[in-house]
Amino acid sequence: MDATLTSERDGDTCRLKISGELSIYCAAELKPQLLGLLGGCQELEINLAEVAELDSAGFQLLYLLKREARQAGKELRLVAHSSATLEVLEMLRMEAYFGDPVVLAS
Amino acid sequence: MTDFMEQAQETFVNESLDLLQDMESSLNQLVDDPANDELINSVFRAAHTIKGSAGLFGQDAIVAFTHKVENVLDRVRDGEVAITAPLVEVLLECRDHIEVLIEALGEEPDPTLHQQGEALLAALMQQAGGDGAATAVESTTQLAQTDDSVVVSREEGPQVENDNWHISLRFHADVLRNGMDPLAFLRYLATLGEIVNVATLVDQMPNVEEMDPESCYLGMEVSFRSEADKQTIMDVFEFVMEDSSVVVLPPRSKLSEYTDLIETLSESEDERRLGELLVSVGALSTHELEKALSRQQLDQLQHPEQHPRLGEILVEQHAVDSNTVTAALKKQQAQHERKMKESRSIRVDAERLDQLINLVGELVIAGAGTGLKAQQLGDEDLLESVSLISRLVEEIRDRSLRLRMVQIGETFNRFNRVVRDVSKELGKSIKLVIEGADTELDKSVVEKIGDPLTHLVRNSIDHGIESAEERLAKGKPEQGTVTLNAYHDSGNIVIEVSDDGGGIDPDKVLAKARANGLVAPEQHLSRAEVLRLILEAGLSTKEAVSNLSGRGVGMDVVKRNVESLRGQIEVDSELGAGTSIRVRLPLTLSIIDGFLVGVGDASYVIPLDSVEECIEYEQLEKVRDHGGDYISLRGEVLPFLDLRTLFGERKDRDNRENIVVVRSGGAKAGLVVDELLGEYQTVIKPLSQIFSKLSGISGSTILGSGEVAMILEVNSLVSEAEQRTLHLS
Repeated sequence: MDATLTSERDGDTCRLKISGELSIYCAAELKPQLLGLLGGCQELEINLAEVAELDSAGFQLLYLLKREARQAGKELRLVAHSSATLEVLEMLRMEAYFGDPVVLAS
Repeated sequence: MTDFMEQAQETFVNESLDLLQDMESSLNQLVDDPANDELINSVFRAAHTIKGSAGLFGQDAIVAFTHKVENVLDRVRDGEVAITAPLVEVLLECRDHIEVLIEALGEEPDPTLHQQGEALLAALMQQAGGDGAATAVESTTQLAQTDDSVVVSREEGPQVENDNWHISLRFHADVLRNGMDPLAFLRYLATLGEIVNVATLVDQMPNVEEMDPESCYLGMEVSFRSEADKQTIMDVFEFVMEDSSVVVLPPRSKLSEYTDLIETLSESEDERRLGELLVSVGALSTHELEKALSRQQLDQLQHPEQHPRLGEILVEQHAVDSNTVTAALKKQQAQHERKMKESRSIRVDAERLDQLINLVGELVIAGAGTGLKAQQLGDEDLLESVSLISRLVEEIRDRSLRLRMVQIGETFNRFNRVVRDVSKELGKSIKLVIEGADTELDKSVVEKIGDPLTHLVRNSIDHGIESAEERLAKGKPEQGTVTLNAYHDSGNIVIEVSDDGGGIDPDKVLAKARANGLVAPEQHLSRAEVLRLILEAGLSTKEAVSNLSGRGVGMDVVKRNVESLRGQIEVDSELGAGTSIRVRLPLTLSIIDGFLVGVGDASYVIPLDSVEECIEYEQLEKVRDHGGDYISLRGEVLPFLDLRTLFGERKDRDNRENIVVVRSGGAKAGLVVDELLGEYQTVIKPLSQIFSKLSGISGSTILGSGEVAMILEVNSLVSEAEQRTLHLS
């Protein structure tokens, strides 16, 4: 049910993979973890392929990360969007805010 | 799933099942009263609320299905579709389907369910005359018409060039914590039309330290194209309406309304940015925005003291469309009433209630013990305070037992459905008459009585009521009648299932019972005893069913069920005129007012409700004419039982004997006891299984002194007394 984070460092870049549900149930827990990861690197790449559900709270976390990254002059990339995450970003018309290329899964 | 969500979902399921129950009973009543608006409204409301709540849980299958049903109901409500028996039939099936969907919650989606749903919807559309496409056209024309009138009343201000609805949302910070997700509202909104554009605002999100991941900082400006009316769109947000800000502007609203919107929101937000948002979603053109902002500034210059409030703006908006005002008022009123109702009743876990009643039971026992000790001490002051306490305990007991009392009407109403379904199945025309629906009884009894009752009702329809031809030939009305009745009778509740069918032929029953060896050939049985035979297991054979106008299928199961509730069944039948079966049940299962008597060395408790009077034995005239034991009570012949003999207690002739006259149903009997010990509150402790065959005793209780006393079962004692005298005569 909860989200699992797996991350690996590659120089200044941190590659993070989130699996499970990015939702209100784990938002409180995830906020410091995600900010910590962002704080420790110059580039954060988040792989969303395994995100089965994204709700408003989850979206707010992603938004917060993007905002913080911008303010700190860092790079935040969302990659390999799962259909659940894509649906939310499209519905809120927020793809442009994140500015990540979106690959449509076949 | 978290505990919170589980709880919320459980509440959703419970509430929905309640609503479905309402829906069913309203639908059933609609058959007889198709013009009753209140009933149609109640059905509609139920469907609407279920849809709304299901949407919150993302139960799209339920939303989709219920939405279609609701559409048809809406048209019924508007008088476009007439209520007919086949329509109600399909609606009932749709109701069942919703129940199935809700019960399947949390399981893997079952494709056959979906197919069933589709088939039902198709049937529904057929009954309702088309899928509402024709209506859609109609409502567009209507919309166009209202638009015209709106234009007239709006001439005072310039309109915006925009054919879409504009919805402005600012969600309250607690929305997420309350288990709602703004995304779910958008998804639901999308089912009503097309979301043309959305601008999402996250500007309210504070800096990183203060940002609480469980708070909601979202706002949205939505441009929405739909044929739905304002109320329907507002209803999407019903559940967040109270603390979030939701503004819905109809297509081609006045420019000033947008100005007002900007102004209201600008308390916390930058109005220029807001205006740009409105432009970005296509609600306003840049030109219109400029005009709006300059007008607003002008207004503020002219009337600096005036600062329009949201309420005023809403009033202004409502003033445009009087229909909306009435609808909104009605809705507000309904919400208010619902709130009042909510505050008047709360849901309590049945288990907690049971715990409370258990404790009250212990309190009753402890109180009785204290009373006994106080009596032994003979201290006046102590006695007085003990009597005060015991009065309070008595009241607490009554009140807490009443907490579990429910009216039987709801249970009875379910049988409308059973009767309709079964009679349709069998091709008989049968009417169900319900009496005494407001009779109250313990919830635990209600829960357990449903199945036996269903059995009895089915039996009445299946085997009691004759076919239409047979009825006409006998000079009876073609439509058969099954009556459900409930009433209180000396501490018991009596539930009666009667029919005006063929009745039972006692001769046939007796012959059958003799053939089965249930009754010995030389055994003589009274009419009542013969009729009771239909409750025996040996008679429930298929052959018996067809020969004996059918009674006896599974009646032994019914009897067992009823007896497990400490109840009894009486059968009354007149050949050719009908049968009635009375189920006599104790009002509650746990505590009774008792009358304590001493027999030999032991104490027994007689339920106080069945005690008529107490008389000294010596004073009575004994009639021993036929070698039987009668007493003459003011000239009335009264059979009696000596409890000492019956229960094998020690005989002590020195005691002054008393007779307690008890009543059960219509019959009376005297019980000879040694001592009258007075009223006594009793907590019934059930007897274990090995005593289940024991007749005359229904349970045990613990006295204040710690001794055990048996609780007498008056019903069987009375019939025992009657039988003895009968057999002896």
